Amino acid sequence: MSDLALKTKATLRDMPADDEIEVLTFEIGGETFALEAAIVREILDLLPETIVPGSRPFVNAVINFRGKVIPLADIRVAMGMAAAATTIDSRVVVVELDLDGASSLVGLRTDRVNEVTTLSKASGEPPPRVGLKWPPQFIECLIQREGAFIIFPNLKAIFASKGRASGPD
Amino acid sequence: MSTPDPADIFRIEAAELLEQMEQGLLDLEHRLDDRNLVDAVFRALHTLKGSGAMFGFDRLAAFTHHCETAFDRVRKGLAEATPELVSAVLDARDHMRALVEDPTSENTDEENYLLERLQAAVSEAGPAPVLPSVASPAVAESGVPTTWRIRFGLPENTLVNGTNPLSFLDELRAMGECRVVLDRSALPPLEKLDPTALYVTWDVTLTTSKSRADIEDVFLFVMDDMTLDIEELGDSETRPNAAAPAAVIAEPPPMTAVTEPKAERQAPDTSAKPVSDAADPKLRRKVESVRVPAERLDELMDRVGELVIVQSRLQQIAAGSSDIGLRTVSEEMERLCSELRVTMMVLRMVPVATLFDRYRRLVHDLQRDTGKKIELSTDGESTEMDKTVIERLADPLVHLVRNAADHGLEPIEARLAAGKPEAGSIRLSARQTGGEVIISVTDDGRGIDRAKVRAKAEAAGLIQAGATIPDQELLQLIFQPGFSTASSVTNLSGRGVGMDVVKKAIESLHGSIDVASRPGEGSTVSLRIPLTLAIIDGLLVRVGEGHYVIPLPAVEECIEISQEEDLRSRGRAFLSLRDTLVPFIRLRELFATGTKPDRYQKMVVVSTGEERVGLIVDQIIGHHQTVIKSMSKLHDDVTTFSGATILGDGSVALILDVINLVSLGQEQEARLRAIA
Repeated sequence: MSDLALKTKATLRDMPADDEIEVLTFEIGGETFALEAAIVREILDLLPETIVPGSRPFVNAVINFRGKVIPLADIRVAMGMAAAATTIDSRVVVVELDLDGASSLVGLRTDRVNEVTTLSKASGEPPPRVGLKWPPQFIECLIQREGAFIIFPNLKAIFASKGRASGPD
Repeated sequence: MSTPDPADIFRIEAAELLEQMEQGLLDLEHRLDDRNLVDAVFRALHTLKGSGAMFGFDRLAAFTHHCETAFDRVRKGLAEATPELVSAVLDARDHMRALVEDPTSENTDEENYLLERLQAAVSEAGPAPVLPSVASPAVAESGVPTTWRIRFGLPENTLVNGTNPLSFLDELRAMGECRVVLDRSALPPLEKLDPTALYVTWDVTLTTSKSRADIEDVFLFVMDDMTLDIEELGDSETRPNAAAPAAVIAEPPPMTAVTEPKAERQAPDTSAKPVSDAADPKLRRKVESVRVPAERLDELMDRVGELVIVQSRLQQIAAGSSDIGLRTVSEEMERLCSELRVTMMVLRMVPVATLFDRYRRLVHDLQRDTGKKIELSTDGESTEMDKTVIERLADPLVHLVRNAADHGLEPIEARLAAGKPEAGSIRLSARQTGGEVIISVTDDGRGIDRAKVRAKAEAAGLIQAGATIPDQELLQLIFQPGFSTASSVTNLSGRGVGMDVVKKAIESLHGSIDVASRPGEGSTVSLRIPLTLAIIDGLLVRVGEGHYVIPLPAVEECIEISQEEDLRSRGRAFLSLRDTLVPFIRLRELFATGTKPDRYQKMVVVSTGEERVGLIVDQIIGHHQTVIKSMSKLHDDVTTFSGATILGDGSVALILDVINLVSLGQEQEARLRAIA
């Protein structure tokens, strides 16, 4: 797994055109998501989790990531997807985010991590206002590839709203 | 790692110099004739000027130069150190600090005013004539030109230390006609020559109207380890007395220039003393000069924390193995880890003296602003605390000291009338008891007026009129928000924060405040602060499947609850404990663990001062010393926990926030009382 992390760092330097970005793709609830590889710190196998009583379901646990206690967030909750049991493929993607001006590490639960790949952001489309089952403000864009959509979540919006979609459901 | 901005490096250095200057001045205020203090202040001014110019803080350098010039008169004995002077230089120091913070700020009026005050202070006080202008320094002391022979040698490592000997020659040349001869006799053969070492010495013949002290000044900063020999060559009369330097410069300057004793090396006792005094602050700076950003210490702390976790895994493996070698290594590791942890803790500790020193200035200003006489005494300065904790105590203590001076101490007349000494006393003391440090601010003033507190509290609706409340609770009311002392806010700190801010700050440090006060005799406010924020002694408990840590200082006792008691207490949240009712919280319910309770429930009674609450847990595992990790911002809304920690098996345990749990218990109690 750490090979993957190394690879993302190495390929970052020779980034091709401006609109092409290195991304890590992963799956949650049968959908493919992508995050900029630059913010991904590490991909972890499942670790023992500590539930934080009284916290929101979106970030209901913490894990020990190399001696640091970091929160574990579930995009599934923010997107209003059904809960699912963990599988042998489940991984935690550790990303570095800016939370209220401080850079913080956050673990994201995923069902499976696919690959590091290059996507053209130019081919991305803004989320349609209707016909989407997820809160549109949490999606930055959708990128079509091989006949399927890859969802680019807007982590900033998700974490700013603390995982609660505002407005009518 | 990015290279730090040079300006920031200078700011750090300047802060240290300004600090030295302030401490020196405050000491000087009490010992006006202590020449060592005068020298110390002068050195700080001089270095600040030099570094300021080097780093491009030109306004600072220029302003400091004028102050230095004025202060130099005191050092030379042309003016006497007076309280006015000290106060003027202190204010000038504040202006310097402003210039360090913002080098572009234009405040010529302020500067002129400060310089005028300074000049007035040095000229009024001194026996010497008034300085013509600050801009033309020390011309007043010019006398008959004399010829001097100056021989000086510098230590071999001078160049390595970054001192340029040529700068001394330039300074000497600037004093007058000068002939320099290089003495190369000590130069080794080429093959043995170390290019970074300095082998040569100089022999300078200088004709100048300046005094010997002026010439010595050129070498002020290298005096400690150099050889310097200054001889007078002129045909002036010889006086046999090898006067001490202080005595020489105390003499009127025109005399000094001609009466300097001839061709005599300074007696060892006169030269030895300044050397040792000059070396002292240098040594101290060497000790202080390892600067490590706090975050790197935190990183190191994290690594040590990880190491401890790995070590405990190793220990588990070793315990299950019959390999003697592995066991030995594991035991060694355990010992090293615990030592490393202790060392790590010590690294973060600094003596409270660094904190207390700041209040001397505050008290100095308070005397001026309140017109009261105040004596500040400190006690237990060597008590050590975590650096972060000390930083966070600084502001609350300012408030407490200010409060003591403002409200606690009476005006002079009232004190005399009450048969107390004229000067009020404020005492700052620190002492360590177990895992806590108690810092108290004591004054011998009028004490807290209970009736007034009560009246104010009633007016503010904090308590019901005529309600009987315990004394300690009544006194604690002064920390309530809205219990403002706004009617008498002074301009001193300008922060205008109330005592409630003090309480908040202390609580955020997991500390508590006690107030004791006797009418007419004074008050003591004691802050109880945990030694460090980074580590905690805790009681590890299990609730459901989760592990939690309860800070040990808050734990009063642990009791096993019998099944009958457990059943009886269902539906209510009180337990009778030695005839007092203790509200309790079933953590299993609070945390919604969804597990079945263990057969024998345990209650951990925790308290914050007066208030107690019982926490019902499934199992008490034992004592656990642990490194505290803060919770993520994403968990800001969870108030039940103050942090997290990593257990030996690598899993995370949450640390219970006792203050919050207690108030939760109190609320519960109030609710139940209302029903009953």
